[in-house]
Amino acid sequence: MPTVSMAQALNTALRDALRDDERVLIFGEDVGPLGGVFRITDGLTRDFGEQRCFDTPLAESGIVGLAVGLAMGGFRPVVEMQFDAFAYPAFEQIASHVAKLRNRTRGRLALPMVIRVPYGGGVGGVEHHCDSSEAYYAHTPGLKVVTPATPEDAYWLLRDAVADPDPVVFLEPKKLYWSKAEAGLERRAAAPFGRAVVRRPGRDATLVAYGPAVLVAMEAATAAAEDGLDLEVVDLRTIVPFDDETVVASVRRTGRCVVVQEAQGFAGVGAEIAARVQERCFHSLAAPVLRVAGFDVPYPPPKLEHAHLPGVDRVLDAVERLQFGDRPDVRHLSRGAA
Amino acid sequence: MSAKTVRGLLPSSAPIRFVDESGSAVKAPAKYAAPPDELLRAAYRWMVVGRRFDTQATALTKQGRLAVYPSSRGQEACQVAGVLALREQDWLFPTYRDSVALVARGLDPVEVLTLLRGDWHCGYDPAAVRVAPQCTPLATQVLHATGMAEAMRRKGEDGVAMAFVGDGGTSEGDFHEALNFAAVFKAPVVFFVQNNQYAISVPLARQSAAPALAYKGVGYGVRSEQVDGNDLVAVLSVLRAAVEHARGGRGPFLVEAHTYRMDAHTNADDAGRYRDDEEVRRWSAADPVRRLETYLRGRGLLTGEDVEAAGVRAESFAADLRARMNADTEADLLEIFDHVYAEPTPQLREQRELLRAELNAQES
Repeated sequence: MPTVSMAQALNTALRDALRDDERVLIFGEDVGPLGGVFRITDGLTRDFGEQRCFDTPLAESGIVGLAVGLAMGGFRPVVEMQFDAFAYPAFEQIASHVAKLRNRTRGRLALPMVIRVPYGGGVGGVEHHCDSSEAYYAHTPGLKVVTPATPEDAYWLLRDAVADPDPVVFLEPKKLYWSKAEAGLERRAAAPFGRAVVRRPGRDATLVAYGPAVLVAMEAATAAAEDGLDLEVVDLRTIVPFDDETVVASVRRTGRCVVVQEAQGFAGVGAEIAARVQERCFHSLAAPVLRVAGFDVPYPPPKLEHAHLPGVDRVLDAVERLQFGDRPDVRHLSRGAA
Repeated sequence: MSAKTVRGLLPSSAPIRFVDESGSAVKAPAKYAAPPDELLRAAYRWMVVGRRFDTQATALTKQGRLAVYPSSRGQEACQVAGVLALREQDWLFPTYRDSVALVARGLDPVEVLTLLRGDWHCGYDPAAVRVAPQCTPLATQVLHATGMAEAMRRKGEDGVAMAFVGDGGTSEGDFHEALNFAAVFKAPVVFFVQNNQYAISVPLARQSAAPALAYKGVGYGVRSEQVDGNDLVAVLSVLRAAVEHARGGRGPFLVEAHTYRMDAHTNADDAGRYRDDEEVRRWSAADPVRRLETYLRGRGLLTGEDVEAAGVRAESFAADLRARMNADTEADLLEIFDHVYAEPTPQLREQRELLRAELNAQES
């Protein structure tokens, strides 16, 4: 298998989508000859023409609103929001129309479109370039919300998103754009859309993560192994639809769970996951479900961001709090006695 | 941009008018052709039906049959001309106040009122009639119209999209973004501003300091015009020119119609708090239905019998609507889960079962 970066995998996915479906249109700010500020659309205008991949005026609501009309007219727009925080002007279009048109029309009008959003921090970006905005989208019924953690997933999840009959907010972890890994882009081995995967099997506790936090969780698991702890890592891949089954099966096996997210924690996706695990796995849990997240502060300036971002240490600290030293009697709990 | 190009975009300094308030013809600029007589007769019939539909809908709110109704009484020339300027292949992007336009487009009035009756958010099949769902978030539909116009242009179809928007809507960012995008892409879209002088309670003077809202097009390179919105002949003539301009590949066109919302914002609003009766009386004199009737009768295009027949048709339209709206509908409560996604997520399936159990328990 070739080794590719996530940026290359995304570019290949867009390229293949343009090749396979003439309804696919790619547009946004600087996605044309420049190839996007992250070069994800590099070469697409050159190879497929300005009719298929083109620049728009600088207005995010305009880009998404135009995509709504184009999708109603039979196209499959794939639009780029240049940065997470620059997508906010489009929020009304996304929340009031993109998410609702199918429902509003009783299924008569579908909106197959993809809104690509480079998101998250850890890249030394200045203010407004590092937000983790997944919760806004995940909280909006009608949207699917996807975030890959590996180049291979980036390719296949983006292909799936473009082919999906529903609108997809596709969140690309900026921090992972240049991370490389072996990736099968020719023949699919990746899991289906909507399914989480176990990235690393383990017996002692489950780390549930998505997007940029998967890498942190993997590194934490490696570090924990040196201390004799065997951690399982579950990568959600799609936040919506949410794969309860895979997460629950893992936590029932391990009996302990830490949810890891880069975003600020309050009212975030991690809170939803923790609640779902607790509701479904109560009798399998030997310790409270813990969350590891960014702090509830506006994203800090570049020189301060490392203090905010949940890293391996914060994850390991949480794992330590999973009461391994005070292991309750699981048989006692399973009898349900007080 | 040359001074000549700018002049070519500018609206006329006063609203285009073909017929004055007394129903007499006045001289209009030669660049706008008078619509065919038969189309004017059809427009008259639709305006009579439209007004009756409107008063019937307001009455239905009082009987509790509609949750709310935003009336367009007084705006019938705009409502009808907007639709009659379009062909079957063209798309209309209406707002919540444009129910009369949808009726004139030939939609089933019960399906039009589905939103306001509260049965569902949209009662008709948009693609079948080429009418987008009536839009509530202001000016957002103007971008959709631009996208649809761009879709038709790219597919080589000769369709045009027309977006209706109000005076208040022209203050929204999406209105400006749409004008800009449409001009850059030369999308075949017509922006039709019904300036009815009020955004709920806020009068035009508090909304915009532009010489006229039509001037908002010029900065974007959009050809613009303003028209007397209570003169059906003028509105139809200018909109037909605008649609042909767009259809001919010359890009978007903005038309502002000066009209007046005779009723309050909705049945739930009290217009007495922000405008006086004298103003309403003044606009009554400019009534678009009476004006067209006088004009057509003066030209011998409409007889007393025609007027009577139009009234009878409107009454039977209203009676039929009343009867159908008075029939109770039964909602399938579980349908709220059915159209969120093409396939419900596992979580929605679970929630559907939860509600089903709740409902079954209530029944037993």
